[in-house]
Formats: sequence, structure tokens, C-alpha cells
Amino acid sequence: MGNVIGIGAAPKRKEDQRFLTGRGNYVSDIKRPGMAAGVFVRSPHGHAVLRGIDKSAALAAPGVIAVLTGEDVKADGLGSLPCGWGISDAKGVPMKEPPFPMLAQGKVRFVGDMVAFVVAETPEQANVGAELLKIDYEVLPSVVGLLEAVRPNAPQLFDDVPNNICCDWELGDKAAVETAFRKAAHVAKLSLVNNRLIGNPMEPRAAIAEYEPGTDRFTLWTTSQFPHVVRFLMGALVLNIPQHKLRVVAPDVGGGFGVKQFHYGEEAVITWAAKRVRRPVKWVASRSEGYVSDRHGRDHVTEAELALDETGKFLAFRVNTLANMGGYLSTFGPNIPTNLYGPLLGGVYTTPAIYCNVKVVFTNTVPVDAYRGAGRPEATFVLERIVDVAASEMGIDRVEIRRRNMIPKEAYPYQTPVLVQYDSGDPMGCLDGALVAADVKNFGIRKAASASKGKFRGLGYSTYVEACGLAPSRFAGRLGARGGLYESATVRVHPTGQVTVMIGTHNHGQGHETTFAQIVSEKLGVAFENVDIVFGDTDRVQFGMGTYGSRSLVVGGAALSKATDKVIAKGKKIASHLLEAAEVDIQFEAGKFSVAGTDRSKTFEEIAGAAYVPHNYPLEVLEPGLEEQAYYDPVNFTYPGGCHIAEVEVDPETGTVTLVNYTAVDDVGTVINPMIVEGQLHGGIVQGVGQALFENAVYDEGSGQLLSGSLMDYCMPRADHLPMMKVETHSTLCTHTPMGVKGCGEVGTIGSPAAVINAVVDALSHLGVTHVDMPATPNRIWRLLQNASLPVAAE
Amino acid sequence: MKPFAYHQPDQIPDAAKLLTSIEDSKLVAGGMTLIPTLKQRLANPPALVDLSKLGSLKGITDGGATITIGAMTPHAVVAASKLVQTKIPGLAALASMIGDPAVRSRGTIGGSVANNDPAADYPAGVLGLGATIITSAREIAADKFFLGLFETALGPGEIITAIRFPVPLKAGYTKFKAPASRYALVGVFVAKFAEGVRVAVTGAGPGVFRVPPMEAALSSNFDPSAIAAIKIDTDGLTSDIHAEADYRAHLVTVMAKRAVDAALS
Ligand SMILES: Cc1cc2nc3c(=O)[nH]c(=O)nc-3n(C[C@H](O)[C@H](O)[C@H](O)COP(=O)(O)OP(=O)(O)OC[C@H]3O[C@@H](n4cnc5c(N)ncnc54)[C@H](O)[C@@H]3O)c2cc1C
Repeated sequence: MGNVIGIGAAPKRKEDQRFLTGRGNYVSDIKRPGMAAGVFVRSPHGHAVLRGIDKSAALAAPGVIAVLTGEDVKADGLGSLPCGWGISDAKGVPMKEPPFPMLAQGKVRFVGDMVAFVVAETPEQANVGAELLKIDYEVLPSVVGLLEAVRPNAPQLFDDVPNNICCDWELGDKAAVETAFRKAAHVAKLSLVNNRLIGNPMEPRAAIAEYEPGTDRFTLWTTSQFPHVVRFLMGALVLNIPQHKLRVVAPDVGGGFGVKQFHYGEEAVITWAAKRVRRPVKWVASRSEGYVSDRHGRDHVTEAELALDETGKFLAFRVNTLANMGGYLSTFGPNIPTNLYGPLLGGVYTTPAIYCNVKVVFTNTVPVDAYRGAGRPEATFVLERIVDVAASEMGIDRVEIRRRNMIPKEAYPYQTPVLVQYDSGDPMGCLDGALVAADVKNFGIRKAASASKGKFRGLGYSTYVEACGLAPSRFAGRLGARGGLYESATVRVHPTGQVTVMIGTHNHGQGHETTFAQIVSEKLGVAFENVDIVFGDTDRVQFGMGTYGSRSLVVGGAALSKATDKVIAKGKKIASHLLEAAEVDIQFEAGKFSVAGTDRSKTFEEIAGAAYVPHNYPLEVLEPGLEEQAYYDPVNFTYPGGCHIAEVEVDPETGTVTLVNYTAVDDVGTVINPMIVEGQLHGGIVQGVGQALFENAVYDEGSGQLLSGSLMDYCMPRADHLPMMKVETHSTLCTHTPMGVKGCGEVGTIGSPAAVINAVVDALSHLGVTHVDMPATPNRIWRLLQNASLPVAAE
Repeated sequence: MKPFAYHQPDQIPDAAKLLTSIEDSKLVAGGMTLIPTLKQRLANPPALVDLSKLGSLKGITDGGATITIGAMTPHAVVAASKLVQTKIPGLAALASMIGDPAVRSRGTIGGSVANNDPAADYPAGVLGLGATIITSAREIAADKFFLGLFETALGPGEIITAIRFPVPLKAGYTKFKAPASRYALVGVFVAKFAEGVRVAVTGAGPGVFRVPPMEAALSSNFDPSAIAAIKIDTDGLTSDIHAEADYRAHLVTVMAKRAVDAALS
């Protein structure tokens, strides 16, 4: 029998055995008997009136089984895609929430908007059918940019949404902020753009739906981060399928990053179609299709002002942001640039007054929603950039100004002026650790070495905090969530003592099968290999809200921990009977139930056996079986954070920025598996570096065409773009999660963009450069240097 | 991908005949460019004529003052060729910078030159070295071959069989990779011959082109400093989401200097 591998150990990931040997089971691997193929026909226009669709030629094509359009959706009386959050403006007026039909009705509002679904015997026949559809569009001018969309004469996406503004949202004490600005010794100002991103998970989205007339049951296999939520949103709100008649399975999923945490129209259309054609139907997106239909991320235009006293103390912070929603409201859309943005503007600082206004705006682009970090990288970027701007304008060292304003360790729990209360943290400790780990002391030597090669070297800091473990239902409810944010776990102990866990989170790269097994192994004293984690199937798992917002360990792991505690409690009752001792005298340790002060004990396996073979068992007071379930709804978010230090080298001749060193010292609370934490940090940092230096989703104003619609035009970060990273943890324990965990899935993406851009600005500051928008491409840097009229030395 | 007929002739004349007799049929070499366009349904040829069975199109031969590379020779073979590395190291370096290992293993010099992508690397090497394109019908000088955006002098049914490169005194290639695609945002090939210097630029405009002022300056002084002050006119250069025309123009000078450096080292 194997060993206990518990909390703090770094076993290799269980799931990698199947992934690395090609034995994963992804949606596109699944084949159902009699399966037909579906293809979505998407709008080639950013904005157009849909005047009519002639299906006849397509329907006559060989192999074509059905062609479905928005008219058919309407005729069947189906709902529109729901938004999971309803935000309101300062006066309490709810956001404008136009319907988001699963197939376009009347108008198309972005390139990629779905117009029809063609089902045929083979994918090729479905493609031919799709090409034969005659779609009559009356093309309208598109508007894609935020500043353009709110102009008085801009094209209007919806008749009843004036100026394309979905909601004019605010947070904080406006008057207090204004008073503080009047008293300020210095005001730093910054205008910036937070670039639009495309998640690009390795596995494109896919779905298969099947209807069984015999039982009147539907099954949907989908590339989702939250199958139970899809079952609820799609079943209850779109297709009117009772929950017990709908099974949603999200098997192995090849990366999500947020892209797969929404309920997509494709899921509803294919499920509806499966019943109409009485055949299982499969759809697998191409990469190109993903570019124009996977929800995009970020896309802000921001004006920020920071008021400081003469010593560099922050007095007040004011932020005005335009946030792009794209053509419709996606599942979490309006929540991201508001509730996950404004409350983070306090950062790790004691700024007493903060005000934030966010105008949430519709444009003719793919709907924008959560992407790893979701709102928090945007907030961190604004804050950590303006801190640098203020420092440089006031002639205060960038580390020093941070220290002067940081929340001291002793001040936790710390109430910010923007709703959230940090339970624990030590930003100064992370900063001190990072300064040493990054060898900041010798930066001058490295800078001189770069200068001797004609290169500019810069160092950038980001001392940040985030709010994750997306949870407290009560808090979320106040902010406009239309659902709960708890998590659930069932621990099933088999008669032989092995354990199967059913959990509502979803593993798509995070290593849950390993981490969660370590928790159970540690707590129950069973061998690591004797614990399996089941997720992603609404027929097997009781319920769950899924994986996003760094919530799996923090909320799901907590539910698992609680359920495990219940197993132990029941085991003690059984043991007390078998060992003929009082329950209070039973101790459980290292997989053994024993009577305190004696050598009498029963192993975990013996107790499990007794529970299922209850010959000698307290049936009067206890049910047989050993299986427990727990739901967990936390009292607060968790607040991981830390200090990231980026070091870059700029080639002034070409404008190329090279990231040469990267250091992260993060407080993620208790570390269950240090290898997995390091991996999550690496991945997160790379995505943040991608935003800072490479990635940019670009639309053509007017036509609404996506110009960066392929991997040839949208630059993903690659291994050779990156240095070896130094990743360390400096943990304080979360005071309210059962294991003291805080979550680590997004910290890398949240902390890194500001660190990288601050480094680039530092490298160029001697030329008067004060800000660089992301991505800091060679062309952009060269342009800045041209404007700074740099005398480029000839080689 | 739409259905198509597939032919694998083993004689060049058979291949040429298939190509002219089946309207809209296409040659396929490495398939690295053609197959993606078929998959995206952008091209719909009724037939593909595969060149891979034409053994005479593969391999690299030493002609003393020239090197001849068969059209079906993959980039990886050119990059690793001792002969090319010794006689025209700049050309071996160019081949090693194309795409990724998979693309270099499949993609061929003939396919690349026939395709004449405005950001491809080989056209810079072929024009920079003043090579000769040998086809199933004739020989074409590089200066007459590249006719702009994806356009070449190839006639209907004409198949590139090999490319003959004169061995220069010195040559170098430098490429500023487009961040996403890693094709040339700007690539410059510089070759020094007894009779003068040739400078060919790819990526910057709609097709590969030469830079006479740089050629003149380098012919009298083959040193980066000779061209440092030469600026390229931005007229006709490409502006897109990756780079604006004036930035591309600037890069031509920077890459040309670095190519000279590479040739000298
Ligand atoms: C991911 C990726 C990255 C790439 N990066 C680069 C890069 O950095 N630099 C670069 O230069 N290229 C790059 N390429 C292109 C690559 O070099 C291709 O291999 C090349 O352009 C075409 O060669 P092929 O042999 O694959 O031709 P194919 O795709 O088979 O054919 C291309 C075209 O040429 C025609 N053709 C092929 N052979 C002949 C012949 N002998 N005579 C006449 N016509 C012919 C075909 O009919 C077709 O129209 C990249 C490609 C990919 C997929």
C-alpha cells in the first residue's frame, strides 16, 4: 500500500499520467452512436441588420439534416442567454440588459455573432451547407473603440441603450475624495489603456449534445469550467429543461483561463438541436472560430489621479474608467470591471479615500468577460503605475513611497474604503523578500553592463493584493450576483477504505486531482494513491459553482476539508462503539481511531469496513455507510498578494524589450503543494507578461473586423520570451479559511503587468518617458524614443 | 477541407502535364502554406499534384562557383548542409530562421520561392544572391522572378526544379521577426561579390526589393557604417497592426547594418 502524501508535499501530478501519455478524454475525443456534425454560421459583419436567411439551397445539399436560425429559436419560445450579475448605477437604476439571443435575431452585433446552425451527417457536409445559406445583411457602421462608442453620434447597438452605456457605475466616497484632492500637495495623473486580450486555451471550445427520448433526458458534453452552472443557466433559463432531465459533463478540459466559465450560446443551440434532429450532434471550434467567439478580456480606457501630501502619503485616489462589454452581456460581463475592479483600488496601501466611476459600454466586438485575474489585474495596473508616476514626479524612491503607504502587518484585519476588509497580509515582508531575491542591490552594476552594450535596463515593482476565492454569497448578493458562490464536496469512503471525492470545482490544468488528494490523504491518513477526485459531471457530483476566481482550493478545498471532518466525526462514533469507549475519548490520528490513554485502536479501514458490514454496529444511533457531504460558503474573500519585480533590457535601435529577470514573492497562505503553486505562478506571470509585452486584440473601427484573429497576428508569449523566474512564497495564514489557504491561480497574472511596464518606463525614464501602454511592442517603444528624439548611436 | 483528387507523378513532364490538363489544380510541396489554405477553405483545387516522388528535385549539389538546391529540399536540410554552411553561411543561417522545427522539416525552398510571400525569408536570399530559378521550362534570373505580392514569373504548368546560387565572397542575413508569426517583419540579405554588393529586403513591402543606394555604399566600403545614414523611403512600405511603415523603414537600415556585421563575422 502507498503512503500518505499530505499538505506541503510536492508529489508529481496524478492527472499528468493520462495527459502526458495521450490518454486524456476531451470533448472532441468523445464519439456517440449516430452522431451528426454541427457548424455555426457566424456574422462576417461587425454590425448589420439581419434581413433574412434563405435556407433552401443548404437544406437541399447532400447530408444536411437541419438548418436552425434565430427565427426557429423565437418560434420555439426559448429564452435568451442570461447574465449572472445585475449591477446598478449610483441612483440604483439597474444596468441596461438587452436580450442576448442564442442565434441572432433582427441584428448582428459583432463579427462572430451566431446566425445559424447547420447539422449534417459529416463536418464537411455541414460546412458545404453553411456556405449555401443565403443571408441578407444590411451592413451598418460598427463602433469598436470605447471613446468612439460613447460619442453622441456613435452607431447605436441597441435602440434603448443611449450612447451605448450599459451602466454608469460608481463606488466610494466622491465628496471625501474631492475634499482630499483640494488639500493635496501633489496630484499625479495618468491616462492609460488596458489592452484587450484573447485567452487562447490550448483546447478550443467544443460540445456534444444528445437527447434520449426513452427517458426524456438530455446530456451535454462541453468544454466548461462550471458544468452545474451551465445546467442551471441553460436548463432553467434558456431551454426550459428541468434540472433532473439534464446532465452536463465537462470531462478533461484543456485550459480555461476564464474563457470556459461562461454559458455560451453554442451549448444551448446544440442541446436544442439534438432534440430537434433526434441525433447526437457534435461541434468543435476551430482556432479561428475561437478568436471571434471566445469571450475576450480586459479592454479599459482609464483616467486616474492620485492625491498626495508633501511627504508622499496617499490622500485620495480617483479613477474613471470606460470598460468594454462587447456586443452583449456575457455571463459575468458587467461584474468584472466593476465589483472585481473598484474594490481592489486600495491595493496594499492606507489610502483613506477612493472613488471610482466605471462606464460599462457596448461595442461591436466579441462580448468581454472574465479572463484570468478578471478586473484585478486592471485595478492593480492602474494603481501600481500611478504610484510610480507619483514617485517620479515627487522625486521619491519608488520603493520608499510604497513603504510609506503600505498597510503594516499589525494593522490587519484592515478595512479599506472600497468595501473589502483584508483579513491578513504582510506586504512589507513580501517587498523585503523580493528586494533580496531580485538582487536589487546590484541592479546598478547590471544596468551599467547593459549600457556598455548600448542597451537600457530598467527595474519595475508591483506590490499588490487581490481578492479571490470568489465566494461569500451574501456579499456577492449585495453586489448584484444572481447566484450563490459556495462550493460543495462529498467524501465517499468505500468499504475497503479507499476514497472517492465528488467536488463541484473543475480541474482543467490546476492539478486539483493532486492537491485535493493530498488534503484527504493528510486528514484521513489514507494513501495518496487511494484517493480519487471526481468532478465535471452533474450526474456524479452533487452540485458546484465551478472553477474561476482562484476559488477551487479556497472554497472547494474548504468544503472538502469540512466533509472530511464529518467523516472523521462519524468514524469516531463507530469506533466508540467498536472499542467500547466514550466518544469523547476517541482520538483520530494518522489513520487510526484509538481510545485515549490506551493501546486500543481501530484502523481507518476497519472502521470503513464496519460501516458497510454493520454486524457489530450501533444501528440504533448511526446509519450504515461512510459518506459525508459539506457545503462551504466563506465569510470573506481571501487576499493573496505579494511583490513582483521585473527587470528588462531595451534595445533602443529596434525598440525590443527583453524580460531578463523576474522575481515574485507571494503570500498565498498555506501551501498544499509547492510544485503546483510554483507552476500556477509561472503560468500566471507568463500571461501577465503576455499582456504587458505581446498580446493585443485589435479591431478595425468602422468595419468591426478583428485584425488580430489568428496566432499569426495575435502574439502569445513563448518560452524563448521568458527568463528563468524566481518564485518564492512569504505566507501569512488566511484567518477564515479552514486550512489558512488564500489561492494562487491568478496572482501571477494580477501582479505582473504593472511590474513589467514599470520596468520598461524605468529603463526609458532618463529620456523623459513617463508611461508606455501595453503591449510594449518594439514599434511602440521605437515611436516613444523617436518622440523623445533619442540620438541613436551608429554601430 | 473540400475533397480533391491526388496525384503523385514520378516524372517532371508528367507533373507539368497534370498541372496544365486539370484546370485550377495545384502543386503541393511541403504543404506548409497550401494545406492551411485548403483547411480554411480559402482554396478549392480539384486536384493536387504532389512533387514528393520527383527524386531529382531533392538535394544540394556543389558546382564550384555555384550551389544548386533542388526545389523539394526542406529548409532544415539547407540549414544543416555542410556545403551551404561553408560556402554561403548566410543562406544556411536564413534557412535556420524560418518558422519552427516542424515547418523547417516539411517546408521546401521551391514552395517558398514559388509562393513569394511578402514576409518570407528565401526571396531575400534568392534576390540578394542574384540566384537563378530553374524551372521545368527555362531558367529565370532572380531579378526577373519576383513580381510583387505573391506574384512570380512562373507560367501556367511551370514547376521550379532547382535554384542555383552563385557563391559570394561574403553574405549575411538578419531578420527582425514579426512577434506573432515569426515571419520577417523586416529581413535583409546582403551579399558581396567581386563585381559589387547586392542588398535585398523582405517583409518591409508588398514584395522583396533591392536597395541600390545601400548596394553602392557597401560596394565601396563593406562596413555597417557605410549605410548607417541611408534611410529608406516609407512610400510603398507596409503598415499594419504589427508595424508602421516608418518603423519598417528604420528597421531596414538597422537590419542591413546587422546583416553586414553577420557577413563580416
Ligand atoms: C507556422 C509557420 C511558420 C512559418 N514561418 C515562416 C518563416 O518564418 N519564414 C518563411 O519564409 N516562411 C515561413 N513559413 C512558410 C514555410 O516556409 C513554407 O514551407 C513555404 O512558404 C512553402 O513551402 P512548402 O514546401 O510548404 O510549399 P506548399 O505549401 O506545398 O506550396 C506553396 C505554394 O507553392 C506552390 N509550389 C510548391 N512547390 C512548387 C514548385 N516546385 N514549383 C512551383 N510551384 C510550387 C504550391 O502550388 C503552392 O501554391 C511558415 C509556415 C508555417 C506554417
